[in-house]
Amino acid sequence: MYSKMLSLRFPKTVVNEPITVNLVKKFDLSFNILKATIYPRKEGLMVLELSGHRKSFQRGVRYLKSLGVKVESIGQDIKRDEDKCFQCGACTAVCPTGALYIERPEMAVIFDREKCSACELCVSACPARAMEVKFDRSLVY
Amino acid sequence: MAQKKVSRTIKDINRKIKEGKIVVVTADEMADIVKRKGPRKAAREVDVVTTGTFSPMCSSGAFINFGHTKPAIKASHVWLNSVPAYAGIAAVDLFIGATEPAEDDPLNRVHPGQFKYGGGHVIHDLVAGKKVNLTATSYGTDCYPNREIKKKVTLADLPYALLLNPRNAYQNYNCAINLSKVTKYTYMGVLKPNAGNANYATSGQLSPLFNDPYYLTLGLGTKIFLGGAKGYIIGPGTQHNAYAKRGKNGVPMEPAGTLMVKGNLKEMDPKWVAGVSMLGYGCSLAVGLGIPIPILNEEMARFTGISDEEIFTRIIDYGNDYPQGEATSLGQVSYAELKSGMIRFNGQDVPSVPLSSYVRALEIAHILKGWIEKGEFLLTEPQEMLPTVDRT
Repeated sequence: MYSKMLSLRFPKTVVNEPITVNLVKKFDLSFNILKATIYPRKEGLMVLELSGHRKSFQRGVRYLKSLGVKVESIGQDIKRDEDKCFQCGACTAVCPTGALYIERPEMAVIFDREKCSACELCVSACPARAMEVKFDRSLVY
Repeated sequence: MAQKKVSRTIKDINRKIKEGKIVVVTADEMADIVKRKGPRKAAREVDVVTTGTFSPMCSSGAFINFGHTKPAIKASHVWLNSVPAYAGIAAVDLFIGATEPAEDDPLNRVHPGQFKYGGGHVIHDLVAGKKVNLTATSYGTDCYPNREIKKKVTLADLPYALLLNPRNAYQNYNCAINLSKVTKYTYMGVLKPNAGNANYATSGQLSPLFNDPYYLTLGLGTKIFLGGAKGYIIGPGTQHNAYAKRGKNGVPMEPAGTLMVKGNLKEMDPKWVAGVSMLGYGCSLAVGLGIPIPILNEEMARFTGISDEEIFTRIIDYGNDYPQGEATSLGQVSYAELKSGMIRFNGQDVPSVPLSSYVRALEIAHILKGWIEKGEFLLTEPQEMLPTVDRT
């Protein structure tokens, strides 16, 4: 089972396409939509969690890209400023997915973007404010 | 044949530094050496042990003189990037405190407040060479008629800038948990309800005062690593308390000694003096501090050899007790347990979370070690010792 939070941005040409149905029927994937919007100029944004076999997942993402949909992992939207982060570990108290964890015995604070669900709890809990959201949070919630 | 007792002075150590024959190890290396060889042999082999800590230290700030203006002003209120500074001293002198929030900060009106910018950030920006907006107002006098000035200043423009921290390097600190039913936003970080996490500070066996628990080798005049530069201990810090409860090894089991330190802000590096924002609490300054401990004798080898599993702190409830002014210990926990990532509390596994950077603390100990090995840093004799207690 492979699962990832994705943001999909599609041009107006694909807004009418039943893409999520196709992801289920053709690629045997399941999804959980967190946000779906069509903007006035007809471009769309969808934030969803896509789950299934890794291979089906990759095929599904390839299908989306072939339609011209811009696919981004949400994990890549939370960034750590490596200069600001001083590796204290305070963020590990609030991170619900274990994306921020301490490697022992070095006590180095690691950020695994693959595990990040972009909940943003770390952003304000970080004393150095080293965690940054790279897109407008109002788009999602 | 009985071997001679080890006894060396700071003069002996400095001679060896100049001759390039000095043996320096970091406190975590020393813990290992003493464990393997015992304190006597360790004392014979090692001259100096370097320590380090990097953590938010609220009792920090800077004395700044911003130079006389034309026409002259006797500043009575001063702001640096809209953070108020204390100006109740001479005409163009001020003190900027680390925890002072910007004047227009919403504070905790929407709880938990963000505290994005404060005195610690001003100090950080200055050290990073950034321009800072300085505003000063005055009531005007015959000798200082100017009523208001506004100018942009950089650290290089300022005639004088001294980091002067009234209380740093706490020897031990509470392990904070939250036994209430709601999340608490404290100076010890975010504490989840029902003992959801246990937050701790200090770098354990690397922490400066854990390596000299009775303050036998340091005091006013001891040269240290401060903010990336050379600084000095200038006395006991506020709340210095040598009478804290100690373990059999002499190490305090609760907050005890503290240091007042100073250093030239102009020589510092923004990596080692960083502004921080504690969610729902306020602004502060993370300070990098390291002290070289001279191994004058076997006893100092024993002290510097104490490791995380022999250093304990108390667990305090920041949900109910601490806010009421009660600091009732709910149990002892070792730094080895705290550093493992999980502690046992009331039959429950609680994730432990550090607020001090062990990575940075170790880096400081290594930098200091490098300075001493290269002969760039000589040890100094303390001119006045810190208040202490008899050794047991």
